[in-house]
Amino acid sequence: MIHQFDTIIIGSGGSGLYAALEASQRSKTAVLSKLYPIRSHTGAAQGGISAALGNVEEDRAEWHAFDTVKGGDYLVDQKAAEILAEEAIQAVYDLENRGLPFNRTPEGRIDQRRFGGHTKNFGEAPVRRACYAADRTGHMILQTLYQQCIKNKVAFYDEFQVIDLVKEGNICRGVVAIELATGEIHIFGAKAVLFATGGFGRMFKITSNAYANTGDGPAVCARRGIPLQDMEFFQFHPTGIKGLGILISEAVRGEGGILRNKEGDRFMENYSPTLLDLAPRDIVARSLVTEVRAGRGIRGDGRIDDYVHLDATGIGKETLLAKLPDITGFCQTYLGIDPADTPIPVLPTAHYAMGGIPTDINGQVVADGNGTVVQGLYAVGECACVSVHGANRLGTNSLLDLVVFGRRAGRHIGGYVKDVDAPRLSDADADPAREWLKKLTEGPSEHHGGHITDEMQTLMMEKVGIYRNEQEMEEAESQVQELRQRYRQVRVQDNSSCFNTDLLEIIELGNLLDLSLITAVSARNRKESRGAHSREDYPERDDDAWLKHTLAYLEEDTVRIDYKPVDISLWQPKPRTY
Amino acid sequence: MKITLKIQRFNPDSDEAPHYQEYEVEIDGNARLLDALMQIKRFQDGSLGFRKSCAHGVCGSDAMRINGKDALACKTLIKDIVGGSGETITVEPLRYLPVQRDLIVDQADFFTKYRAVKPYLINDEPVAEKERIQSQEERLAFDDTTNCILCASCYSACPVLSENPAFLGPAAISQAFRFLADSRDRGAAERMPVLNEHDGVWPCQNHFECTRACPRSILITKRINQTKKMIEQGK
Repeated sequence: MIHQFDTIIIGSGGSGLYAALEASQRSKTAVLSKLYPIRSHTGAAQGGISAALGNVEEDRAEWHAFDTVKGGDYLVDQKAAEILAEEAIQAVYDLENRGLPFNRTPEGRIDQRRFGGHTKNFGEAPVRRACYAADRTGHMILQTLYQQCIKNKVAFYDEFQVIDLVKEGNICRGVVAIELATGEIHIFGAKAVLFATGGFGRMFKITSNAYANTGDGPAVCARRGIPLQDMEFFQFHPTGIKGLGILISEAVRGEGGILRNKEGDRFMENYSPTLLDLAPRDIVARSLVTEVRAGRGIRGDGRIDDYVHLDATGIGKETLLAKLPDITGFCQTYLGIDPADTPIPVLPTAHYAMGGIPTDINGQVVADGNGTVVQGLYAVGECACVSVHGANRLGTNSLLDLVVFGRRAGRHIGGYVKDVDAPRLSDADADPAREWLKKLTEGPSEHHGGHITDEMQTLMMEKVGIYRNEQEMEEAESQVQELRQRYRQVRVQDNSSCFNTDLLEIIELGNLLDLSLITAVSARNRKESRGAHSREDYPERDDDAWLKHTLAYLEEDTVRIDYKPVDISLWQPKPRTY
Repeated sequence: MKITLKIQRFNPDSDEAPHYQEYEVEIDGNARLLDALMQIKRFQDGSLGFRKSCAHGVCGSDAMRINGKDALACKTLIKDIVGGSGETITVEPLRYLPVQRDLIVDQADFFTKYRAVKPYLINDEPVAEKERIQSQEERLAFDDTTNCILCASCYSACPVLSENPAFLGPAAISQAFRFLADSRDRGAAERMPVLNEHDGVWPCQNHFECTRACPRSILITKRINQTKKMIEQGK
């Protein structure tokens, strides 16, 4: 079936829904999502959304922008960070005006709390910048935006999996999707296509990410010749529940929680004397692993799955229930403990992709190092790379990224579609996708996808994780290549057309394997340590050689690397200490 | 421990009617039921159909009937539903919604009822300040209802719906309450007609099954009763 729209938005998390609200007022818009909209992973974001409102203490957008740049270890494009911090303020008021139930100050204003890396006066001390709705801020943003989409009658195609991008030269023409309920192939012709498919933490064994976070957008784009930017930078959140990877918000430390080793010592004193437990995530995650490796984890055996304690017992039952009720619930459900009485066993969990589809500040996809825009193709949110997060994202800036750049992209699309003709698509535009599906569904299966998934996640966790070195990444690269070869022999076990989730999972695995390869190659290529990318063999940041963005092009079975400059027009890079 | 999962299967392409299939799984008692389902899907039978996403009780994808109780598979630990090795867990799709495939139900009716209560802030007054002012107490009045993840556990648990499929249902009413009780909302007049209909709030008989089933600890029955009172007082 062929559909015709002005604008197609793929993904219904925070950025997709915000873009949809804006674009649908200005163009004929549809949202395609492989999940029901309110199931998206934005809903799992906990702690807050930062904006320099200054409701509880003095704050300035300029400080916020600087913290973002320094937090990203100077790989952030600085003008984009300035936009993020400045537009944050109106974005938060907009969300409140649309009904978001933020926690309040005694005066009835939006309350704010501390979060990692957010400081006053360029690094002096932590500042209360994170606006929050208990510890379900992402849930409330997702709900509020979905409610607004209902109010504004946005058109949704629920449970449609996009499997190909149709483009001609440098002009985007539409997408091909499979309808999960029927197995039918749909072709969507559109003047503008926006990817908002979220992250891809499922390439790692221990992750806070949902099963759905398989990087479908970036993978589809990569196979159509779009480079992926800065894929070597993947954030490991320091506090995931031991063994499960379920996120324990940084807000726990923002409210006074303390990381302790087996001696009971507050070990962050040794790594970040000023910000302590509220240092940026890359630093806290490395500090934690260093403690574990030195035998100061709780078990003390130095093994990779040893852990430390997040001590929230000083926060008090009342505050925990008022400000961190979900976290309290997770601990009770999955660990059988009450964090008011017992420290939480935590270790780092794969959390957030700083890299993704390269875009400009309006969400337009940029195809090379010269700033060439792909006409009509957009990306926003975690699947995109503006880049406002650089080498390491600050907590709360992801939710902010979604609303600020979702809004900008939606508005830009509204203008763009007015001036271009509708592309005419034919049934043949789905032939490459059909060919791919045929390979996955016809003939005998030699391998099962489940084992390949397991092996990929384990090797990415062990060899392209928090600490990296040449030898392990080389092994990772060749092992991912082997898995990609084996993947070619995988066939579905389920041959029915109705809700074939077996086929869906195999498509997702193919996407994760491509992104794993690009991540491993990009990481091995960057011979320095910066932000979340920590190399044991190159422990220092090297601005002379590496103050540049990576662009990685997937070309069949190889990855070609190119670069583009970083915008450092506001602040010169300095050593990063906290 | 070794457990058996007795799962209701249905594939409209090939089955006349639903049937049960049993799978043996070796799994830790601390694991989630969702982990057991994933083990089956990835290593035993790729054709088993169910929805899932976040795996920790915040997205609402994997609501199902587990030993006859409505719950999220990712918030249900194996040790909490079986006493030991060798026991069987029965897993079925949610009630009152058409089964599309195995544990996957068509949620269209559920969402149609949700949309009917206009579940969004209605207030066209210009905002005097940057944010609308709301006191901590005013916010607390509807706090728990903002937890709702629209998983439909409460809907499937409600005994009223078995006799009256047109009943608006607990989730939609509690989400109507979420806005009616919000000091910033001005939409009462628009919402009241649908709530005050014959199949609106009134069929609720206070069975409290919705409250028991809610994986987000919302006091749904209480909110329904408060909504009834608002109608009676002509809020």
